[in-house]
Amino acid sequence: MNRSAFVIALTLSLGWLTSAAQAESSLARTIRGVQPRIVKIFGAGGLRGLESYQSGFVISPEGHILTVWSYVLDSSVITIVANDGRRFTAELVGADPELEVAVLKVDADDLPFFNLDESVELTSGQRVLTFSNLYGIATGDEPASVLHGYITAITDLQGRRSAAEVRYKGPVYVVDAMTNNPGAAGGALTDQQGQIAGVLGKEIRNSSNNVWLNYSIPIRELQNSVEDILSGRFRPRSRDENQNRPKQPVTLAQLGLILLPDVLPKTPPFVERVAPESPAETAGLQPNDLVMFVERRLISSQRDLREELTFIDRDDPVRLTLLRGDELIEVTLNE
Amino acid sequence: MRTFACFTICLAATFSGTFASLDAAPPQEVLDAENARIAAVEKATRSAVCVFAGAAGGGSGVLISKDGYAVTNYHVADPAGSFMKCSLSDGQLYDAVIVGIDPVGDVALIKLQGRDDFPAAEIGDSDQVEVGDWCFAIGNPFLLATDMQPTVTWGMVSGVGRYQYPSGTLIEYTDCIQTDASINPGNSGGPLFNRDGQVIGINGRISIEKRGRVNVGVGYAISMNQVMNFLGYLKSGRVVDHATLGATVSTDSEGEVIVTNILDTSDAYRRGLRYGDELVSFGSKPVTTVNGFKNALGIYPRGWRVPVGFFRGGERHDIIVRLAGVHSREELLAKIQKSVAPPSPDGSQPEDHHEEETKPVSDELKKLFQARSGYANYHFNLEQRERTWQAWKRGDDSSADVWKVAGQLADGDAAQIELSPQKVTASVAGRDSTIEIEGDLTSKLEPVGSGGLLLALHAWQRLQLQGPEKFGEVSYLGTAPLDSIDERFDVLVGLYDAIETRFYFAPQTGDLVAMEMFPEADSDPCELRFQEYDDFEGVRLPTKIIIRRGDQIYNILHGLKWTLSSSEPKDAA
Repeated sequence: MNRSAFVIALTLSLGWLTSAAQAESSLARTIRGVQPRIVKIFGAGGLRGLESYQSGFVISPEGHILTVWSYVLDSSVITIVANDGRRFTAELVGADPELEVAVLKVDADDLPFFNLDESVELTSGQRVLTFSNLYGIATGDEPASVLHGYITAITDLQGRRSAAEVRYKGPVYVVDAMTNNPGAAGGALTDQQGQIAGVLGKEIRNSSNNVWLNYSIPIRELQNSVEDILSGRFRPRSRDENQNRPKQPVTLAQLGLILLPDVLPKTPPFVERVAPESPAETAGLQPNDLVMFVERRLISSQRDLREELTFIDRDDPVRLTLLRGDELIEVTLNE
Repeated sequence: MRTFACFTICLAATFSGTFASLDAAPPQEVLDAENARIAAVEKATRSAVCVFAGAAGGGSGVLISKDGYAVTNYHVADPAGSFMKCSLSDGQLYDAVIVGIDPVGDVALIKLQGRDDFPAAEIGDSDQVEVGDWCFAIGNPFLLATDMQPTVTWGMVSGVGRYQYPSGTLIEYTDCIQTDASINPGNSGGPLFNRDGQVIGINGRISIEKRGRVNVGVGYAISMNQVMNFLGYLKSGRVVDHATLGATVSTDSEGEVIVTNILDTSDAYRRGLRYGDELVSFGSKPVTTVNGFKNALGIYPRGWRVPVGFFRGGERHDIIVRLAGVHSREELLAKIQKSVAPPSPDGSQPEDHHEEETKPVSDELKKLFQARSGYANYHFNLEQRERTWQAWKRGDDSSADVWKVAGQLADGDAAQIELSPQKVTASVAGRDSTIEIEGDLTSKLEPVGSGGLLLALHAWQRLQLQGPEKFGEVSYLGTAPLDSIDERFDVLVGLYDAIETRFYFAPQTGDLVAMEMFPEADSDPCELRFQEYDDFEGVRLPTKIIIRRGDQIYNILHGLKWTLSSSEPKDAA
């Protein structure tokens, strides 16, 4: 099996070389065709080595943008700069905590886009291109950076979890080029014809041997999730305001959840203490847990969390998704 | 053999339709492509220079002329000092001497010694480089070339027209080429080639942040066109400076690049650029963003005249602007002193090895270096000044110092001028004017409106008679354009009685084609263009002189007939 993968690689690279002069111009043409679909994303960060930018690409004629879920999006204003230099304020449509992907939307219907239904699957040894705004090099109407490489392996990240900080457990394309740099996450992995194949993942460093992994998540692993986000699951706060609220909703005090002091417009809902003999203690919540989701709705601030709880009756169970260290934990309180 | 068998079988299986007749040998096109690549790398490798500077480290460079001129980074050459050792892929070690430096652009020119047939690189046009082009770097990463053999790394152009903010106090990369070819410490100063083996850039900087000082797929090369713009300046042996427009720009809400501030002492202001104008082109490039403007500006040296296009009220204006320096001379020298150890590619500060080590330098080599404030190596300034002067004089020698000329003005009126070392008199369009060459000359700017025609003609005659050694203080500036940015001239700058003059010589003929005289700072010079040379009593003199000031032609003297005589009787000598 290994050998045949090698052979396929050889034949493909021969094909690449064959049309010498034409190959050059068609490669430049392919790249020019992809770049207008790539966007630069600017949001939260900028402190202590946390970059305030990442990459993304357009996936619908209505201006939907696929990127990775990260602290960059945890901002009251997310700015998108298109390839032609136009700036947009993006709305967070939704995010999937397991796969760590998010969908944004901008008010533009003329951006070139990738159709995820037409994504390609790659094999080891195949030549690829990656497009991202790594290091935030491009600003304004400057195009994203292009790196080239080969798929060196298709493997599950799961086996690596003990060594690296990552929540995604599925298969990834491992690339031999330095694709996963600061700001590259959310960029596009394509084949040599510029067809979309994957999303560049966040930076991963193996803490035991200090090696950085260069990888992309295949589109097919994300597609259902993206469709879920687009169809309204994993939505953040944009719920129907007319939806009936219970007369007596559940409260943080009733659950025994004491959060950090709410001092910022978007204070993250970190648990400071858990009241003794409370539903929170029974469910095993701990100080420093971060509340990410309530009933699969994305929570980005303490205000979000309080608002979300007003939709849940005090006698009903409350399903929370918590971030503890690098682990996502699902708990149900008030069962 | 088993692998090979598997290879053909698989090919046959995969492409049985198209490749049914395929035998063991790869297709001819593949072999051709491979051979072309090997040839390009081989050709390019010969021009690659590995720079060794002892304890100060080293880096890379590239030969650009047969007589040994090589380009490297300022941040490689500066710690190395005035002399360094360089190896080529022929396995030989050569002595090299510093020539000129551009600390802002991070470029240095050095000269290898000992041959007149060095394998120079072919220069490519870096404006033609596109994202997706294949490219390769050659150099001395991690100073591996102790066996004299440079390292080749292959990659792709990831971005063009990149702007990288100043690192430390000085070094700014404008309009640079971004590549994923592996650029590592030690590659600094080395060439980036296109797939045909033409040099398109000088590698100098990499992005790294938290992964340590190694390549992470992002390297930057200074565009070769920028290097070639500065080459003439670098050959002058000076510490050369970059340019400023004298105006700042920013992007407005509609994405237009607008002038937000302009110095009223700048040439741009005198040529008509104003606050609120929309800048649309600069030099050879369209301007659409602020970074784009910085890119377009950064590739030109101080003092060049470049075309600028702008819109005001829906109407396009095109002007040619003389660019001022970013720094005063003292500022630039002070900043170099401060950045004793210039940042390495990753921006970290290397250890300070700046003190000249006691390296054995031969007497012959020592003759090629002359220290002087404002210069990296004054020796090369004298050399270029002499070359330019000799190309013009061609051994002409006349002791006649009273030059009388008669001719016509543009409107046909008669003109008469007499030049002598003590006095200039002119009768132009029925008006007589005279200046005595004594006292404060800067106020003697007759005739009114000419910007000092008589004084300019005097300075011109003085250079012809005295030569650069006795004229005053004359230095070689470098090469600069006059009316078209694509045509460059050798320029000598003369300082005489606080008056700055510039003399432009055509490189092909050696002829003195233009001069500019700046009697005062921040004002337009008096410009003379010398045309249609003829021989008068053994001296080549122009029969046509165009006199300009600012945007105006003051007048044109033509049909000039010169009469030469000596103020002292010859037999008195």
